[in-house]
Formats: sequence, structure tokens, C-alpha cells
Amino acid sequence: MFKKLALITTIILFSAFSANAGSDGELILKKNQPNEVKDCFENLNRATFAFNQALDGILFQPVASAYRVLPSPIKTGVSNSLDNLSTLVTIPNNILQGELKKAGVNSGRFVINTTVGILGFIDVAQHLGFPEYEKEDYGQSLATMGVGPGCYLVLPVLGPSTVRDATASVANLVGGDAWYNVTVANDTQHFSDFDYYASRVTSGIDFRAKNYDAIENLEKNSIDFYASVKSLYLQDRQQKILNTNKIIETQDDSDWEEIETQ
Amino acid sequence: MKFRKFLLVLFSYTLFFTNSYSIEPDVFVQSTVNRASNILSKNISKDDKINELKVIAKETVDIEGVGFYSLGSVRKTLDENQKIKYSELFESYFLKSFSSRLAEYTNPEIEVQDKEVLNKNYTIVNSLLIGTTDRPEVKIDWRIYTKNPDNPLIRDLIIEGLSLARTQKEEFSSILNSNDGDINVLFKTLEEFSNK
Repeated sequence: MFKKLALITTIILFSAFSANAGSDGELILKKNQPNEVKDCFENLNRATFAFNQALDGILFQPVASAYRVLPSPIKTGVSNSLDNLSTLVTIPNNILQGELKKAGVNSGRFVINTTVGILGFIDVAQHLGFPEYEKEDYGQSLATMGVGPGCYLVLPVLGPSTVRDATASVANLVGGDAWYNVTVANDTQHFSDFDYYASRVTSGIDFRAKNYDAIENLEKNSIDFYASVKSLYLQDRQQKILNTNKIIETQDDSDWEEIETQ
Repeated sequence: MKFRKFLLVLFSYTLFFTNSYSIEPDVFVQSTVNRASNILSKNISKDDKINELKVIAKETVDIEGVGFYSLGSVRKTLDENQKIKYSELFESYFLKSFSSRLAEYTNPEIEVQDKEVLNKNYTIVNSLLIGTTDRPEVKIDWRIYTKNPDNPLIRDLIIEGLSLARTQKEEFSSILNSNDGDINVLFKTLEEFSNK
């Protein structure tokens, strides 16, 4: 079953996006430029976005608002635990991207934080001087192999994505996420499905709470909130794929050069 | 006599040019955030804070430049009257949007950390918004337009690597694309935002 799913996923991915494993950094940069990503399903995306906003108003916003009043050490601990679980997806992706050293560092981080750090609640590795943690996923791995993002996509509940990233996330369900494997995919008797889904929901609430003011502020001051979210999401993905947060490495400056006002 | 006059003129010129000094972009950013921070920590109404922030924005942001950047290639198709109208509408929109966003923060503490000169026209200044119990620390980079070194101007704020100018540009582009490129729809949207 697993083999069949993996095969289908691989075929879909590689036929849909015409993968070019030999692409260099500049090509990856160009392919992932936010203004290069087509919004092929805009009407459907806007409808899904409206649905997500309604869901946010009913569920995520009130829960995140309550979550924010928890003491800081608890919020930090929950956030650390979720980051610790995400290293189980990051490590295989470090390997897929040829970052073997990072895979080793992240494996060490996971072992230390899970044991000494009490199931990841305390980021002991950071105190020991480990480099800053950078999440990786299967969408990023495909991008570094030269697969373009395809069209922009808004998923119900999960939010902004692209065809590449949404398709790549299937890998988590077919063996690519060790946390999913020990909770949902296999009956290990130590964990249940609930543990996995609870961690995903908590992750959503944690994200919403961390960005509470920024999201409210953006919504209030945008003339097209959908377009703002799309732009910010695609900029963020581009940075993550290139593993940089330096604007000069991701922004095309040609427009700025033309504008002379002094 | 002629020689003394010449010396006097030369001296005056020298004095004039030595008094004209350039402002380092990082010093400019720190002084701007200090001014904004002082306003935000004042015990005055939100409306008063917004009005005072607008004064700072007018002095320190290249609103016209940001406006034309946000318009993208469409700016090349506008006639002079449309450009004037757009500049006016954009300024009102920008000042409202910018000052309302900032006014939400109380007593923000921003530390300028470093700068990177990109070319004679641009320097990126790196700063850090210090975290509190309610919000994590945030990296903020400033794109400073330095063509006139005596009068540096802010052209973009890059928050955790995400450019606000670029986001605004894509927002405007979305409105234009959804309305067959009709600039009047964008004018109307900007006007409605400023008046709400």
C-alpha cells in the first residue's frame, strides 16, 4: 500500500511540474518569486479564504485569544514541544536537500530536547549553543530539486499553500512523518490518533496566538486582505526555500531603481 | 581689495558646504524610531498619536516613491493628471494605514544593530523590535533611499524578511487585475479606505 502511494505521488509530482533536478539557485529564486506564482483558482481560493476567515472568527481567534493569557513559560514550552515534533519532518528533508550536517545537528537537537528537555518542553539544545532551528518540509525539498510551486492554493482549514506544497505534504501521511507514523499510521499502544490531531490543532492555535496582533492589524489595514496574505505567504515560502531572510537575496530591485523622487 | 573679496567669497562657500552634512542611515533610523517611540509612550489619545505619527511619516518616508513602486508597471501608462491624483490618494491612504498600524504598539523599543550599503541609492538598516511578554522579538530591516545623503528617506520596512512595500504592490496588482486594469477602481478603493 505504502509503495503504491509513494509511486503515485512521485509520478504526479514529476509529471505535473516537469522537475529539473539540476536547477541552480537563481532559477529556484525566479521560480518561487511571489509575482511568478499564478492564482489559477482565484475564485475558488477566495471562497475558501472566506470560509477560513469565518472559521477563524468562530474557533481559532477566540481560542488563540484565551491561549495568549497563559503564562509565558507555558506558551514557550508548548511552542518548543511543537517545534521538537516538527524536527521529525525536518531531519528527512535535511537529508533530501543534501544538508547532512544539519540533519545530524537536528537529530542531536531532537534527542537532547526529548530527553533532557522533557519531551521538548525546554529547548536545552539552544542553551547548549546549537544553531537556530530552521523547519524544513517536503515542499521545500521539492523546490530545492527545481520543482516549481505550480498555482497558488488556499486549503480549507490549513490555509495558504501551492499545488507543489500541498501535494508534497501527502508524503507526511505515507511514512514521511515519524510522529504521524507512531500515532495514526501504526498502533504502537503508546500514542493514539488523538495525540497527532491535538498536536496539529495546538500548532494552529500557537501560530494564531503568536501572530494575533499582526493578523488583526493586517486585516484592518488591508484594501485586499486575501492578496496581502497571499503575498506574505509566498514571500515567506521563498525565504524558507532559499534558507535566507535577507530581502536583497529575494527581492527584484529593478522597480526601485527606476523610481527617482529626489 | 579684489583678493580679499575673493577670499571672503571662498570662505563663505567653504563654510556653507562644510555645514551641509550627510546623515548616516542607521542614525536616521534610530532617531526616527526614537521619535515614534516617544509619541507612542505619551499619555495622549489614539487619534492624537496617529496625527503626530503622520507628521513623522511625512518627513521620513518617501511616500511618492513608495506609491509609484506599489503601482508597478502600470505607473508608466498613467497620464500627468492621473499621476497627480494617484499621488494625492496614495498619500492619504498611506498615512492612514501606516499610522494606524503603528498606533497599535505601546512603547515599542527598537534597537538599530547593523547596516548594509547596497549601492549609492540604497542602504538596508537592520534593527530589532525587543520582545515583551505579549510578543516575540521581531527583526525589522529598513530600506533607506540615500540618493540625497542629506535627506535619507524610508522606502520599505522588511519585517522578518517580509517586505511591506512588496505586499502592498501585490495587493494593488490584485485589485487592478480583478478589474481589467481599471485605475479608477484602485482610485476608488484608496479613497474609500482613507474615508472610512
